[in-house]
Amino acid sequence: MYDVIIVGSGGAGLSAALSAKEKTNKVLVISKTYPTHSQTVQAQGGINCVLDYENDSISNHINDTYKSSKELGNINTIKKMCESAQKTIIWLDKLGVPFSRDNSGKIAQRYFGGTKAKRTCYSSDYTGLKIIHTLYDNCIKNNIEFLNEHTLIDLIINENKYLGINVFNLLSGEVIDLYSKTLIIATGGYGNIYSTHTTNSVSTTGDGLAIAFKHGIKLSNLEFIQFHPTALKGTNTLISESARAEGAFLIDDEGNRFVDELTTRDEVARAIKIKIDNGENVYLDMRHINANIIKEKMPQEQKLIKDIMNLDVHKDLIPIVPAVHYTMGGILTDVSCETSIKDIYACGEVAQNNTHGANRLGGNSLLEIITFGKIAGNNAAEISLKKETNIPNKIEFNVINLILEKKLGKSIYKIKNDLSEAMFNYAGLYRTNNDLKKLHLLIKKFEEEYKNTGIENKSKKYNKNIVDYIELGNLLILSKLVCQSALKRRESRGSHFRKDYKQINKEYQKISTIQNIKERVEYKLEEAL
Amino acid sequence: MIISINRRNDKENYMKQYKIDKENISTLEALEYIKENIDSTLTYRSGCKSGSCGSCSILVNDKEVLACKCKLNDDITIKPLKNGTIIKDLVVDLEQTAKLLFKSKAFIEKFQDINIKKEDEELIDLQSTCILCQSCYSTCPVYSVNKDFLGPFALTRVLRYTNDKKEANNTKKLDAIQVNGIWDCTLCGNCTIACPQFIDSKTDIMNLRMKSVQNGYSDPTIQSNDFLNEFNNYNDFNTGFNPNSF
Repeated sequence: MYDVIIVGSGGAGLSAALSAKEKTNKVLVISKTYPTHSQTVQAQGGINCVLDYENDSISNHINDTYKSSKELGNINTIKKMCESAQKTIIWLDKLGVPFSRDNSGKIAQRYFGGTKAKRTCYSSDYTGLKIIHTLYDNCIKNNIEFLNEHTLIDLIINENKYLGINVFNLLSGEVIDLYSKTLIIATGGYGNIYSTHTTNSVSTTGDGLAIAFKHGIKLSNLEFIQFHPTALKGTNTLISESARAEGAFLIDDEGNRFVDELTTRDEVARAIKIKIDNGENVYLDMRHINANIIKEKMPQEQKLIKDIMNLDVHKDLIPIVPAVHYTMGGILTDVSCETSIKDIYACGEVAQNNTHGANRLGGNSLLEIITFGKIAGNNAAEISLKKETNIPNKIEFNVINLILEKKLGKSIYKIKNDLSEAMFNYAGLYRTNNDLKKLHLLIKKFEEEYKNTGIENKSKKYNKNIVDYIELGNLLILSKLVCQSALKRRESRGSHFRKDYKQINKEYQKISTIQNIKERVEYKLEEAL
Repeated sequence: MIISINRRNDKENYMKQYKIDKENISTLEALEYIKENIDSTLTYRSGCKSGSCGSCSILVNDKEVLACKCKLNDDITIKPLKNGTIIKDLVVDLEQTAKLLFKSKAFIEKFQDINIKKEDEELIDLQSTCILCQSCYSTCPVYSVNKDFLGPFALTRVLRYTNDKKEANNTKKLDAIQVNGIWDCTLCGNCTIACPQFIDSKTDIMNLRMKSVQNGYSDPTIQSNDFLNEFNNYNDFNTGFNPNSF
């Protein structure tokens, strides 16, 4: 019996683990892959924190975040994040994160979209990578227990009481039960509902969200999907906002700049999409940027562009497309990270704790995952110390055999790709009532296809196809919920743009919630609590 | 395009050839194409598709590469990394990573609040971009004879924390790398060549040797000289004749 089980080992999961471990030794982290393979490694640009009080202020950070959320964020949660930002940075710095420094030895800061102040701390353009590796090194130092390559299958909940989880051990092919007093879900976002149009890791498949939904845990704001304006055309490889922050231009086929490069991501991405839909190409132009600045602040981007596109940032224009980057929706939590079921917490991209609202500011996600990861770890551990629980009777679980027994129909990989194309075409940067209705029918068709297929590989040992099968089931659940949420929000706000309702509508200045109540999907608009 | 992949199931190892009619794709995209269109049982790891998670490292024509950043060429052979237990097809066991990092104490042992300068941070910048892709592990000849060797990625990480001004206590770290560590490296430089992040682990290990000597540790491989010295002293003292003395 563990005190705290954390499912997910990205920045939020590891921060939660380190913080829980300060209170109890009975902490277990479950990773679907390995901690350093997690999505967090891809966060290049930085982490927001006000350090320069002469030119910036915490209230500016709060206001910018709230403004970007299009008034769907909750001021108190945003305040919590922004006010503790400095503490968060100091914590990371102490753990050993090598933040880049300026000439006077202070932590260096750069501009990011949506702000007028230099507020983003960074480690060249490897900020997420260096944070996750430093967190991992500290987990190793603190003897934190890991189960790697274990996929979450289900939550064990009895009469609304949390008891434990079922996980699939990829190596052995067995499902095991694990019990704990509290659970932290930190499984990441759901970007792979657009798997062929996303910068996300292949593993970001919204597992925690879909499983939470099945158990009646309340989800929220699923319609808000952030597209990053600059991914490499053809591969969707992310080119960080730091490129534009350091002065890169966006230009069209005629060489004209057509959008303020440093406005919010949703606006830049839509401006690019309009060009592309008109049959034009859009390029990132870094040719005028000083070579030393590129070398010092964007070594990774330069390398990626060279390795993947065989282009030279000093001489060539870089063809880009917008791609799904971050999902604002998630498991609804309050400021203490608790979900709608007691003893279950959520943090990181899987959670919707009302900080990002309709649109997230660049540099705020690393801040959010670390800040609320720590809060979740601390709270879950504290609660667990006060709780008495007995291990329940073992529940027979046959899900893997059921998958293996299924006859092969349409390939799950084809279904996944078809789903992604449908999502991108009908619930992408622009949405309409008709498109979303078409999409709904398509998803139903994909669900049927999924029900009627299995996998070719029947072996038990390291059968990755089983994980792929389970993930696709989760992606289908989430696609449908995203589609329903997008259909119901008859307005345009932040990343959610309806061609048939182009204006912001005051009546919708509320978060959307979606919940499974006795096998019925209940959708509501609620005040951001 | 024809590519050969070294497959391995529960029973056997075998080579299998696949034909792909696609131009200008990465090796990872080729693996994805095979899995989605030809043989779904093909097993490999992948994650970020952009060279920063390190999960897709494999051998292409016996050279360590990240599949996502390696362009596909005709007539290539793909194999799993070396020096690790192969679990299936291109997937190797990674459980040793954490053990090696723990043993070598690759973390800040004791934090000190100190003024950090720009150049202090730059000193550890390259080493802290390690993605734990295991390429250096695969290419290292010492691992093939000694699985307890701490090896390039762990030792580079030790140097990164040893050079970190925030660390107040380097002794434990240096102590941890004396056995099965810096002195066991043959300085062949394979790791440096294999690293996709251009980290020079060989030089990092040499730097750690220097730091160790400066801190009073000595190279155990030249301990025999101490013995020789004792022998000489003994001779000096007893017979007044030493054929090796000057």
